[in-house]
Amino acid sequence: MRGSLYNAIFAAGITLVLACLMLGVRLGAEGTTLAVTGAGADRWGWILAGVGVVFFGQLFANQVDALFGRIPKPNLSALKPQGSSWNTLKPWLLSALVVGLLVWPFMVSRGAVDLATLTLIYIMLGLGLNIVVGLAGLLDLGYVAFYAVGAYTYALLSEYFGFSFWMCLPIAALLAATFGFILGFPVLRLRGDYLAIVTLGFGEMIRILLNNWTSITGGPNGISGIEKPTLFGLEFSRRASEGNQTFHEFFGIDYSSGHKVIFLYLIAVLLVIIVIYLINRLMRMPIGRAWEALREDEIACRSLGLNRTVIKLSAFTLGASTAGFAGCFFAARQGFISPESFIFIESAIILAIVVLGGMGSQIGVILAAIVMTILPELAREFSDYRMLMFGLLMVVMMRWRPEGLVPMKRPHLELK
Amino acid sequence: MLELKNVNTHYGQIQALHDVSIEVNKGEIVTLIGANGAGKTTLMMTVCGSPQASSGEILFEGESIRQMSTSLIMRKGLAVVPEGRRIFSGLTVAENLHMGAYFSDKDAYEAQLDHVLGLFPRLKERYHQRGGTMSGGEQQMLSIGRALMSHPRLLLLDEPSLGLAPIIIQQIFEIIERLREEGVTIFLVEQNANQALKIADRGYVLENGRVVMSDTGEALLTHDAVRKAYLGG
Repeated sequence: MRGSLYNAIFAAGITLVLACLMLGVRLGAEGTTLAVTGAGADRWGWILAGVGVVFFGQLFANQVDALFGRIPKPNLSALKPQGSSWNTLKPWLLSALVVGLLVWPFMVSRGAVDLATLTLIYIMLGLGLNIVVGLAGLLDLGYVAFYAVGAYTYALLSEYFGFSFWMCLPIAALLAATFGFILGFPVLRLRGDYLAIVTLGFGEMIRILLNNWTSITGGPNGISGIEKPTLFGLEFSRRASEGNQTFHEFFGIDYSSGHKVIFLYLIAVLLVIIVIYLINRLMRMPIGRAWEALREDEIACRSLGLNRTVIKLSAFTLGASTAGFAGCFFAARQGFISPESFIFIESAIILAIVVLGGMGSQIGVILAAIVMTILPELAREFSDYRMLMFGLLMVVMMRWRPEGLVPMKRPHLELK
Repeated sequence: MLELKNVNTHYGQIQALHDVSIEVNKGEIVTLIGANGAGKTTLMMTVCGSPQASSGEILFEGESIRQMSTSLIMRKGLAVVPEGRRIFSGLTVAENLHMGAYFSDKDAYEAQLDHVLGLFPRLKERYHQRGGTMSGGEQQMLSIGRALMSHPRLLLLDEPSLGLAPIIIQQIFEIIERLREEGVTIFLVEQNANQALKIADRGYVLENGRVVMSDTGEALLTHDAVRKAYLGG
């Protein structure tokens, strides 16, 4: 009891300090100078209440834990029908899902479709990083670098050489893979934290390079006016550029800016399906198992004659190419990119998606990507406290379900 | 089949093996005994190319493997059961075994899988269970089974009896003898000198990185100095 009392006082103190700094004072502009204003009485009331909650929460931590332990954990796998009925149901469910994904955008608002497109980009990124971190167990903190490489590949090729989106898609993936290969070769001898630091540095290098290579990348101003993808040469703009036709003219319908949004969304769906299919295939191939085996035990892998450099490099390269894919699409969707889009926090969010989803599990990663992109949007009305809530959610999540939303499943025998 | 000639191995500045010469002939069980830190595991790892020997010669079926990378050596027809089992605990027994046959084609894999499951019926019972959930003895069987999946002609075993109950050790040694009857040559590193020397055709005694004695298994078992040092008088 005494230990938990100290603990409670300590935690409450920290909460008080943090809350005072973050909520209690506000920096505002007053004329030409900056002024610090204290919070009003009601806000101080909230802060004290919060400190009280932390204090008693820590004081009775054991009881609270016991209480939480009694809450049944959602057993998602139990929802799945067993055995043969699942096998017959699976293709139907999958096709229903795909049809739903395709029809859905025609029924909702433009903003929702846009958000869904963003979510799909994060799903792609999450799936790519899942190979590197979740399967091969290589902690990569600079994943966003490959995303940037993909995005800039399309932006630059389109700006200087007039390449189309569809042509750039494979090129971006290939180039990002090359970067992954070049980076991977020297650094994959490193392990764990060392690898994390080197990849972190690489991510920053790419961003700073893009920021300072003003003559080509436009530096911090970025590249704007990137061409949108076309549907077999049909454009989605109001007026066609020279020698082209627009989508609405071709089909003889009225112009609507919504067409473009939906079209981008559909491309994203297509890309995600391709990525899921390819990665799923790879995971079932021996190389997929080799990634997992390498994560489990490197020495055992070597004793079986596996070349660890090749295996790590393949995971790294494939993850990078997925990011390149996503980056290319991102540039096309945004129409404008700058190094600001590829800061470290992006890497952190993608990593959080992988960890939250359950390392190695594809469905988990997809779910987590949805949660991680939609929640901040939903919490928009909390404005300043959005990220605070986001952080809180992640802490709660890791406490409650540390293995992720949908942990990677392996067959096992049940003891009866 | 396997021949080491005057092999020296260093860890950085420290020399772990001094002029070690060992020979393993086809169809034999050869055992290497020695105290903790004598260099037994180092010797085995040197054969596998990690660390590589700094001088001397290592021949496997007449071919020099001293300069080869570990991954290449391990595809030559020798397999190693590393110390401490080192199974993939998150993977199922089936997947563990499959990893062992990574470089075999499908037919060879299936044939060898039947064979290994015949040797270790226990693994068949546990086929879809995660490796890490099994008992120590079962894990050791899995580790040996996994090494056998590549259909090796020479099997290197590093302390297969480590941390196992006497009855399980008995079983493991019976299996080692059976493997010999099937034509697999075996090089066995053991602390459990008594058991190892009983089934071995020949044995080497390693002390401080040097081979100090070599004889038939039987002779070593009855040798006074060996009895005193390793067999408890």
